[in-house]
Amino acid sequence: MPGSRRAPLQSQHRSTMAALSSPLRVCRGILKELRAIQGPSYKKSLAYNYVMDQFRKNKVTGERYCRAKQEAHHASHTYLCLLASTRNHLVLHNLYHGKGERSPEEVASLVGLRLPTQPGGKGWEK
Amino acid sequence: MLIGKYACIANSCLMRTFQTQTSRSKVCLRNQHYECVARYSAATAERKRFYQDVSISQSEGGLYEINLDQRKLKTPGGKLFTVPNEALAIAVATEWDAQRDTLKFYTMHLTTLCNTALDNPTQRSKEQMITAALKFLETDTICYRVDEPHGLVELQKNEWDPVLQWIEKRYNVAIGSSASILGPEIPEATKDNLRQHLKSYNFWSLTGLEYVITQLKSIVLSLGMIDRHLSVEQAVLLSRLEEEYQIRRWGNVEWAHDYDMYELRARTAAGALFVHLTSESSTVKHKLLQD
Repeated sequence: MPGSRRAPLQSQHRSTMAALSSPLRVCRGILKELRAIQGPSYKKSLAYNYVMDQFRKNKVTGERYCRAKQEAHHASHTYLCLLASTRNHLVLHNLYHGKGERSPEEVASLVGLRLPTQPGGKGWEK
Repeated sequence: MLIGKYACIANSCLMRTFQTQTSRSKVCLRNQHYECVARYSAATAERKRFYQDVSISQSEGGLYEINLDQRKLKTPGGKLFTVPNEALAIAVATEWDAQRDTLKFYTMHLTTLCNTALDNPTQRSKEQMITAALKFLETDTICYRVDEPHGLVELQKNEWDPVLQWIEKRYNVAIGSSASILGPEIPEATKDNLRQHLKSYNFWSLTGLEYVITQLKSIVLSLGMIDRHLSVEQAVLLSRLEEEYQIRRWGNVEWAHDYDMYELRARTAAGALFVHLTSESSTVKHKLLQD
């Protein structure tokens, strides 16, 4: 039933097509990501101070520099997306791709086999 | 010296093209032997984090530098790593600060883009970059349509047509779409028009824009995002529309679909942010006035 399966994608798309989330949410999202990166001392970091500074400034001068505010909103949303996607990508990378090649034992056990423990296997003594 | 040695491992444009194909395979560990042979080949290798503090400083020319402990960061080409403004410097510094025990250069997209712009490893001129970017218009993702299955045809029409209409209006050009294997006929006037527009970008922002275009495989979606008509998530979704359709139909595989999607999002967001931060920006000037 392709028709019924198409619907969820479109509705998901519509929801992402909606306006960007509010500046406050974006700000909090970025701070959350910074905390994930830098740990509890994240409030001392350069990025924390810069982000807070920017959000405060744009709040105060929002009316005068409307275009700049919009720009800043889009840029902050983009930055949040960069931080979150990089983190998620790394999680998946470590989970599925980060371990390098499997050892012969692991590969064998994947398909339910075991490597011979005796050197040379069968007929070694001859 | 030490910094130069380590920083030279950071990836470059050359590597990125290669990396897109190989990052999913297991080249990471094997590559380590060849690092000293070709320093660009080490983008997927991981090195120990050799510094504690990351800070930025402003040099005399007004450019910003990155300091790892007391040492200055350099590019793979051996140049001093400098960026034009504070915001970009902080974002790059945050990337270096985000590394834990090992340096994972494949997660440091902004650093990579700066390196590419600084070193220009393929020695390209602005003209060449614009021509390369415009080549994507002839094979733009959203101009190629399928004629079956019906569900996908509808989806492409509903989701892609509005963006196409938007760009045609915004830049006053004709692009169109086609289901033929040759794609739509793009008028010369359209290319000239967009070429003029791309010329207004400086070398740095053009580097970022071209990166975004090669990620999304679409000029239309890239400009839509740079002009703030689309968010990164929307642009990535529209670029992967057919894949998303197939996922709905056949199921989602986390280690392939989600993995690719997050990678594409991260790269696209980095490129968009890079363009934003390196274009001449009125916000930066206002701030200086306010202080």
